[in-house]
Amino acid sequence: MNLYAALLCLFPKSFRIEYGEEMERMFIERLRATRGAIALARLWFEALADVIPNAVLVHWDILRQDMRFTLRALGRAPGFTFTAIVVAALGVGATTAAFSVTDRALIRPLPFNDPDRLVKIFQSEPGYSRFEPSPAHYRDWRRMQSSFEDVGAHANASMNLVSEGEALRVLGTAVTANLFPILDVRPLHGRLFGPDEDIEGAAGTVLLSYGLWQNNFGGREDVVGRTIRLDEESYTVVGVMPANFTFPDRTSRFWVPIRFKSTDFEDRSNQYLHLVARLKRESSLPAARADMGVVSARLGAEHPKENGITLVELKDQVPAQARLMLTALFGASLCVLLIACTNLASLLIARSLQRRRELAVRTALGAGRERLVRQLMTESATLAVGGGALGIALAAMVTPLLSQLAPANLPIANMAPIDLRVLGFASLITAITGIGFGVLPALRVSGDGNLEGLREGARGGVGGPKRLRSALVLAQVAISVILLVSSGLLIRALWKVQQVDPGIKAADVLTLRTSLPMNRYGIVTARAQFYDRVLAEIRALPGVSSAAYASFLPLVMRGGIWDVKVQGFPQDPSENKVSMRFITPEYFATLGVPLTRGRDFDAQDARFAPAAAVVSESFARKYWPGQDPIGRIFDVTFQDRIVVGVAKDVRVRGLERQSEPQVYLPYQQVADRAVPFYAPKDLAIRSTVDSAALLPSVREIIRRADPLVPISDVRTMTAIVEAETSSRSTQLRILGAFALIAILLAGIGIHGLLAFTVSNRLQEIGVRIALGAARADILRLVLGDGLRLAALGMLLGVIAAYFASVGMEALLAGISPADAPTFGATAALVGLMTIFGSLIPALRAVRVNPISVMRADS
Amino acid sequence: MTNEILDPAPFLPLPLATFHILLAVAEESRHGYAIIQDVEVRTGGALRLSAGTLYRSIQRMLEDGLIEEMRERPAPELDDERRRYYRITRLGSAVTRAEARRLTELVGFARAAGLAPETT
Repeated sequence: MNLYAALLCLFPKSFRIEYGEEMERMFIERLRATRGAIALARLWFEALADVIPNAVLVHWDILRQDMRFTLRALGRAPGFTFTAIVVAALGVGATTAAFSVTDRALIRPLPFNDPDRLVKIFQSEPGYSRFEPSPAHYRDWRRMQSSFEDVGAHANASMNLVSEGEALRVLGTAVTANLFPILDVRPLHGRLFGPDEDIEGAAGTVLLSYGLWQNNFGGREDVVGRTIRLDEESYTVVGVMPANFTFPDRTSRFWVPIRFKSTDFEDRSNQYLHLVARLKRESSLPAARADMGVVSARLGAEHPKENGITLVELKDQVPAQARLMLTALFGASLCVLLIACTNLASLLIARSLQRRRELAVRTALGAGRERLVRQLMTESATLAVGGGALGIALAAMVTPLLSQLAPANLPIANMAPIDLRVLGFASLITAITGIGFGVLPALRVSGDGNLEGLREGARGGVGGPKRLRSALVLAQVAISVILLVSSGLLIRALWKVQQVDPGIKAADVLTLRTSLPMNRYGIVTARAQFYDRVLAEIRALPGVSSAAYASFLPLVMRGGIWDVKVQGFPQDPSENKVSMRFITPEYFATLGVPLTRGRDFDAQDARFAPAAAVVSESFARKYWPGQDPIGRIFDVTFQDRIVVGVAKDVRVRGLERQSEPQVYLPYQQVADRAVPFYAPKDLAIRSTVDSAALLPSVREIIRRADPLVPISDVRTMTAIVEAETSSRSTQLRILGAFALIAILLAGIGIHGLLAFTVSNRLQEIGVRIALGAARADILRLVLGDGLRLAALGMLLGVIAAYFASVGMEALLAGISPADAPTFGATAALVGLMTIFGSLIPALRAVRVNPISVMRADS
Repeated sequence: MTNEILDPAPFLPLPLATFHILLAVAEESRHGYAIIQDVEVRTGGALRLSAGTLYRSIQRMLEDGLIEEMRERPAPELDDERRRYYRITRLGSAVTRAEARRLTELVGFARAAGLAPETT
């Protein structure tokens, strides 16, 4: 029998109170009349079939009633409703958007099958744990390993695509034919590369990305089988990859097979490949590392200069700094969620106090506690749902913006879709807050034995809620401080980085890239003719003071590292690395790099003249400290070179990193077809004329010199230098936006609390004024309340902020986590916010008319 | 009470259980169990209201004002103090009549189409 009573618990309590007894009685009577096990079983089955659906329907009936009531109640308080929904939406939206991006970039697996078994393989040299291997290493490692199903390779392959007469520079990737099968991906149309397409002499084939296919080939399916021209060679399109496929990152728009020539395997220092391998099912990463250690040792016996091998999971591609930034972003959004929830709670408490009388009356009229609680829960849940829905819309709008923060070198498609798990989490937190703080008042009131709330002028019992609200405001101020300090420190770091001298004078310099196809420009004299003609004509343009070509511009290409050998110095390769570039004369003048000793290259540094070099000051200091470096000899690119000049150091690797010493070589002093990657392709032009005005003439000059050479990457040097700090700027803007939202919400919180306090103390204030208190005293009273609270919150916040700053020290570019100006500015902002938030309630208190206040209360 | 507007339209069509419960309390007030018995007898056993369905319907009908709980009790020898008695309201009567009219109309259409049995 207890069983049936237990079953009735499925019904709402109010229903049970009304009808439970009768239902039980009916069941008892039927039970008494039942004979036999089968009949008994049928009776219970019918009971179940009766109670369960009807209980659901009764709950539904009550919900509908409550919803009608809720919508009326919320409609009568539009200000409160709007504020509560917006606050909830901010919390949910910001957190969801931030986490979606963080999750895709840091946590979610890559969009390949079984990605945990994909591994990248690097050479490791002392001081550089990840060095790209050469084709010879690839061949040897692939042959000698036993832990992987297969090992594939890929390399950058930017090519000139000629389509409809227009030459376009397109970024792509050269891959071994086995690479896509290793990744276990399928094409959208057509097929992948066959095993015989990546060998020397094979006919050219190409896979198009979805984007390239849509934009340049009209998205037509008949593109498969078509022939296109890349770098003036014919390639047959064999397939199109799906829309969400990116490899190795979202910039690669086509894939061609790597067709190694037998000569590629001779030079073990031609390091440019990226290797990707798939672990065998029965193997593991530690086992593979051990295996490759053995391989490395065996190779070391044949090639004494060989170094170790490093294995990294493919998914660990996010640099530590970016990882930290994304984590900080997620932390910031959590702070906003917390503030939003505390604000929401505060709003609900205030509202509940306003409704004390209403709830007391309803209780007096017989409304059960459960019914009241339920109805309030419905109201809070409605607010939470409304806020959540708006939050989703906010998240959808904001997520694409935040996706810009994910490093470009990740193989994920452009936009992070909204993460449903996080949406659920944020919504849950908001709902719990909303429901919790919405329901508490009902529990308090209906547990109130002598119906306090019904008394006229009842103001008692506000102590508890006031303390709670004060605590909430305290929390909001503290959290705002954390966000403000973090943003402030990042601003300081940004300024610091922006102050760093890149070593060049970036103003008034236009840059662009003309990648010469090596099939026609492999011979040095052919290149020289092109450069000489183009540079001569450009220098003759009005307003142009200098122009030059270089292998790569600083900050554009950060690698290009070579070993040098200097007599009298140990030959340890890790100690003797330089950043090497081939340049034409006038390079230093064009980029504004001062020459401190000796001379620039000129006509005397011809092809077969004595091999010359210009070195950076750090190079000279390192190898010939305190001595004249001019005339010294050292070995680079397997050739002895004489130092003819010394230039100031340039921050090749960027404003925040240490660069290797630089070595510059004359563009003509290199063997035919050697190191094609370093053939100068970046053109820099210093001119007083605006770039937009200069560009058409430059284009025309290049087109006349060779119409098939496309122009790409047109940028001013200023833009390049500014791009160094652009991701910091973006991060800062977003964090700053969070901090701003936080401080605004905290200000609203303080305002709300003080307004409430003043309302409750109107009588007291009136008495004080009547007894002779000056208005200034009243002002001090109210403001003092607010400032004391803010000060306490500030104190807590400062302590927490310090620890947060220590956690993100790596992002601060050397700024101290305890940076005094930042903390000082934060304190000032919080003080200002407090004063503004307190202003209206304080003014109201000051303008209290003691007579009317006391009359209203009598 | 006399000024209330008795508009049955929002309640039509009536759910079957509601209709039968209204019929059961139309002539005399009954408690829950008695309603179940009355409906069973009237329909010849075709409709057996379960307790859950009965009381859910009663709750809704009370809220909608189709029935009301009796304040006066029947004669002591017939009364079970623990039981609650319900009777039809004026609105309930109006709604029942409207529903009966609606059903009659439907049967009339069926007859005209030759698909309903003629009354014997």
